Amino acid sequence: MIGGDEAVQHDWSGGAAAPASNPDGAWPRGRFGMVAFLASEFAFFSTLIVAYLKYEGQDRVGPTPQHSLHLGLAVLNTGFLVASSVTIAFAAKSLFAHRVGAAARWLALTVALGAAFLATTAYEWHDLIVGQGLTLRTNLFGTTYFTLIGFHAAHVTIGLIVMVMLLFMLRSPQTRAKLAEPLELTSWYWHFVDGVWIVILMLVYVLSR
Amino acid sequence: MSIVADTTRQPATDWTTVLHGWVTTVDHKLLGIMYVVSGLVFFVLGGIEALLMRWQLFAPNSHFVGHATFNQLFTMHGTTMIFFVAMPMIFGFANYVLPLMIGARDMAFPRLNAFSFWMSLFGGLLLYVSFFAGGAPDVGWFGYAPLTEYTFSRGHATDYWILSLLVSGVGTIATAINLSATILAMRAPGMTLDKLPLFAWMMLIDAALVLFALPPLTAALVMLLLDRSCGAHFFDVQAGGSALLWQHLFWFFGHPEVYIVALPAFGVISEVVPVFSRKVIFGYESVAAASVAIGFISFGVWAHHMFAVGMSPGLDSFFAGASLLIAVPTGIKVFNWLATLYGGRLRMEAPMLFALGFLGMFVLGGLTGIMLAAAPIDWQVTDSYFVVGHFHYVLFGGTVFGLMSAFYYWWPKMTGRMLGPKLARWHFWLLFIGFNLTFGPMHFAGLMGMPRRVYTYQAGQGWDVWNRWTTVGAVVQGVAMSLFIINVLVSLRRGAPAGDDPWDAWTLEWATSSPPADYNFETVPVVRSRRPLWDLKHPDDPDWKHE
Repeated sequence: MIGGDEAVQHDWSGGAAAPASNPDGAWPRGRFGMVAFLASEFAFFSTLIVAYLKYEGQDRVGPTPQHSLHLGLAVLNTGFLVASSVTIAFAAKSLFAHRVGAAARWLALTVALGAAFLATTAYEWHDLIVGQGLTLRTNLFGTTYFTLIGFHAAHVTIGLIVMVMLLFMLRSPQTRAKLAEPLELTSWYWHFVDGVWIVILMLVYVLSR
Repeated sequence: MSIVADTTRQPATDWTTVLHGWVTTVDHKLLGIMYVVSGLVFFVLGGIEALLMRWQLFAPNSHFVGHATFNQLFTMHGTTMIFFVAMPMIFGFANYVLPLMIGARDMAFPRLNAFSFWMSLFGGLLLYVSFFAGGAPDVGWFGYAPLTEYTFSRGHATDYWILSLLVSGVGTIATAINLSATILAMRAPGMTLDKLPLFAWMMLIDAALVLFALPPLTAALVMLLLDRSCGAHFFDVQAGGSALLWQHLFWFFGHPEVYIVALPAFGVISEVVPVFSRKVIFGYESVAAASVAIGFISFGVWAHHMFAVGMSPGLDSFFAGASLLIAVPTGIKVFNWLATLYGGRLRMEAPMLFALGFLGMFVLGGLTGIMLAAAPIDWQVTDSYFVVGHFHYVLFGGTVFGLMSAFYYWWPKMTGRMLGPKLARWHFWLLFIGFNLTFGPMHFAGLMGMPRRVYTYQAGQGWDVWNRWTTVGAVVQGVAMSLFIINVLVSLRRGAPAGDDPWDAWTLEWATSSPPADYNFETVPVVRSRRPLWDLKHPDDPDWKHE
């Protein structure tokens, strides 16, 4: 019923010179796709941030951000993430220059920095949950804080999984050649996750304390 | 994709092979067809729910369905029609037609495309499974807090509603990513953005709206889910949460959503009206620009759904003003279409009939929209049947008429067969009459004070006659849609062969066979004007010499 017939042949020359083959711009589809995806992520995180700001300072019971958040840990974490943004940029640059070994080393360093970020977050959460008894259920601060930070940490985790996959694919000569663009797009994602963290640092750790 | 082509070419009778082909396909055309078919199935379900409600409201003090069932019916009807009919049908046609229109061999990300479709379908199934798991959701399609909180909504119906919208929402966002990358990166040589078909322009803007409007809904649904299952307090008023935040987040999605389902219809009309008037579109640039303007403004009007909650006069004025403003670019487009019709050689075939129906009905819905944008009028008629009448003129008169136009226009391309013109005319006129009989009287019932979502009413309030007409109209629409389905089934078996280009049209999808081969185009088309097929048919007087 619905398969294909043979396609019709047309002469598209139209008696004139053919126009340039890539209409406007040289961007491949992957870049547009990643930008569109990050746009949707921007809208998603904006919503979580709006909810955090809306309920900031409205708690009826403690603990409140002033008492429980540790700026030092957040600054340390910012250091990890900003550094990892730099290292992944080096990784992408190396792979474009066909320096596979350098790319793998920079990427591994990025994974290590991301893991350090997650470890610090885990330490911080352990203190909040066990030490101070703050959970999703405790108050509005707990509800909005864990949701926002939790979704961000989930994005870090997904980024790390993708990077580890890329590391494995870098080992194989067959897949290696096609990895420059995926690595570049992963770095865009990673910069975005980094950027979200800096907004969180400002709004959650600096301003609301 | 080759699997399906092989099974259809060989006389394969093994149905498992055929099924396997459909389930595993990543071909944009097959996925497009599956989107449209699933949309039609859900349309029948949502339509049955509407008919049950109308049967209940036919006479005062009726007890055909009880209040609990009635609540489930209007919730399921609204959720189904918006999320599992309008959007899948739109994405179905976009999937099928867009790559062909821009001279591409598939969408930018074919596997992501399949993922999107299955997420959308499973989302819909998740919604309907709730019927067998203790009852369907009954919180209304916009699920206002705090009624959706666990305190007020026990059981799992609301969880099904949340999960269904979450799952299908992920699919929708993935589709938007795919559509934008396809339109921006996959166009045929020579097809610069100023030569892009207007349907593709509308889908590009549509994708942008989805990318910024859907994630806030996803986030809000996650919050609600956390409230219900983890004890969070986002919309829990007793712990200081705000029921109003839900309204803001929902309508921040919900109003752009109106344009998400309207812009593709604008796109269809912008293709159909020129072809059936035998003229180029009047003011191509202004159609595209006005749509971009609509896209932007649509993010600044959401709280006109919330005038009645008592915002500040400043906010009321802002949202009323922005809502009135959006009528300007919309009006521009209506004049574009009218000017295209003016002096044209009109061919009154089914796609054109529905396009003209769209024009008239959408303008009526727009006019009551302007009334509702004025906050004082809104306070008088809020939550009444006037609002229900208004948005059905926009969503049914607009989107559904647009989709029907698309169906008649592109069906011959998708199947190689024409739909019967006689049944099509019956379908159009019965639907047009039934539509106005249904939704016109709702305005009067609403103005006389009938609230929406009541399961029954007392006699003698002046509402009886209007409800009676509404129910009669709904039955007429049911007959019309049955004729349509009969037409579709008959066409599949005995429809007249369509040929490659039955409408003598100008965009690239008509340059391939009907249905197109797996690879769409033998040679990738080269584009020099907005009407590449005109250039091909008239090498002596091509458009690109004049544009």
